[in-house]
Amino acid sequence: MEEDIRIYVEEAAGQRTELIGPTDMGLSLMELLKASGYDIQATCGGMALCATCHVEVLAGPALPEPSDDELDMLETLPMVHEGSRLSCQIRLSPRTDGLVVRLAATGA
Amino acid sequence: MPNTISTDICIIGAGPVGLFAVFEAGLLKLRCHVVDALPQPGGQLSEIYPKKPIYDIPGFPEILAGDLVDNLMKQIEPFHPTFTLGERVEQFKKLDDGSFQLHTTDGTEIHCKAVAIAGGLGSFEPRKPAVENLERFEGGKGVHYMVRDPEYFRDRKIVIAGGGDSALDWTNFLANVASDVTLVHRGTTFRGAADSAEKVQKLAEAGKIKLVLSSNVTHLHGNGKLAEVTITGNDGTAKTVPLDCFIPLFGLTPKLGPIGEWGLELENDAVKVNTMDYSTSLPGVYAIGDINTYPGKLKLILCGFHEAALMCQGAFKYIFPDKKYTLKYTTVNGAPSM
Repeated sequence: MEEDIRIYVEEAAGQRTELIGPTDMGLSLMELLKASGYDIQATCGGMALCATCHVEVLAGPALPEPSDDELDMLETLPMVHEGSRLSCQIRLSPRTDGLVVRLAATGA
Repeated sequence: MPNTISTDICIIGAGPVGLFAVFEAGLLKLRCHVVDALPQPGGQLSEIYPKKPIYDIPGFPEILAGDLVDNLMKQIEPFHPTFTLGERVEQFKKLDDGSFQLHTTDGTEIHCKAVAIAGGLGSFEPRKPAVENLERFEGGKGVHYMVRDPEYFRDRKIVIAGGGDSALDWTNFLANVASDVTLVHRGTTFRGAADSAEKVQKLAEAGKIKLVLSSNVTHLHGNGKLAEVTITGNDGTAKTVPLDCFIPLFGLTPKLGPIGEWGLELENDAVKVNTMDYSTSLPGVYAIGDINTYPGKLKLILCGFHEAALMCQGAFKYIFPDKKYTLKYTTVNGAPSM
C-alpha cells in the first residue's frame, strides 16, 4: 500500500485546511474534495465537461500538463486564474503531495 | 394541429438508463414513450463519448458507449417504444385522475399514467459570466446567451465576450451583419479553430471589428434596456462602450433545466428519491440514473439499470393499484414481447 498524501485547501479567510488523500484508489482531487464535504457540484462526474470542479492551484509540486479536453473547457470559462485546473483531471499520487488549491467554481 | 401521444410511462431522457427502463416496463406490459432534447437516442454516450470504451457493464469486459446504445435499442425493440427526439419537455401538469400531461418545446403533447425522469446530467445550457446586472438585461433587453437568429443583430452595435469556437465563429459571421462588432477576450490567444482565430485577427486588422484582448466585460448599464458596457483590462484600466446587444458566449454547462421547476424535492440540483422504487416527492413521478440523488448514490450506468427495474415495479403499482405485481424472469417467459 502506497503512502497517503497531504492536500491543502485555502479557505476564504486565508487559513489552510489539510486533507489526507489515499494514493492507492485512483482518486481525483475532485473526488477527494467532494468526499471531504466541499460544496462541489461535479455535475459531469469527472469528464471535464462542466467545470464545476474548477480550482486554482496556488502552490505545490509541478503537475502533469492538462489535456486538450481540460484546456478547451477552461478556455470557455468567463474567469480563470494562472493556476486554474479542473480538479477532476488531477489524479492523487505521490507526485501531488503538498498541493495547495483554492476552490474557484464560480460562474459555472 | 399539435401532435398528441398517449402512453403508460413517459420517460424523459433517452440515455442508457431511460432506454433500459423501456425494457423493464415492457416486461410488465407497460408501454413507453421516450423524449429527449438531443436528436438521437443514447444521451451523453452518443453525444459526448460514443467511441469511448466502457469497462463496468456487467457481462461486457469492454464495450464502446455507442455500441451499448445500439444494443439497448435492439433489446427494447420487441416492446415498440415510441420516441420524440430533438424536443425538450417544458411543461408538466398532473391531472385530477393522477395521470400527467406534458408539453415539449415544439408543441408535442404527451398524456401518460406515470413519468420517469431519466434526464442524466440535465440539459446543456449557456454558462453565464459573473457580471453585475446581467440578469436585469435578459429577455430581450440586450443580453443574449446564444444567437438564434443572426438577422436580429442586423445593423446593431454588439459586444461579444468569450474565447472559444462559438465566440470566434459568431464574431466572424456577425461582422457582416451587425453595424459594429467588438470581441472581448480575457486572454491574449485563442484555443479555438486556427482558421477562425486567424479570420478574427484579419477582420480586426482591417478595422471591420474591434478586438479587445486581456479584458473582461465587467459592468452593464442602461435604464430598462442595455445601453453601455464597461470593459476592464487585466491591468485595471476600464472603458465604457455604447451598444445594443451583449452576447456572452462561454460554452454550455449541464443544468437541471425545466425539471427543476416542477415542484419536485431537490438536493444539490438532483431529484431526491425514495430507494424503495425511486419515486420522487410527487406520486407517479420517478427519477432514475444520474439525475437523482439518495444516500449512497453512485452515478454508474449499472446502478441506473437497477433503479430502472425497481422504478417500473413502483410505476406498475401506481398505475394499477389493484393488480398484483409478480416478478417476471425472462428465462421462464421466453423472448420478450409486448
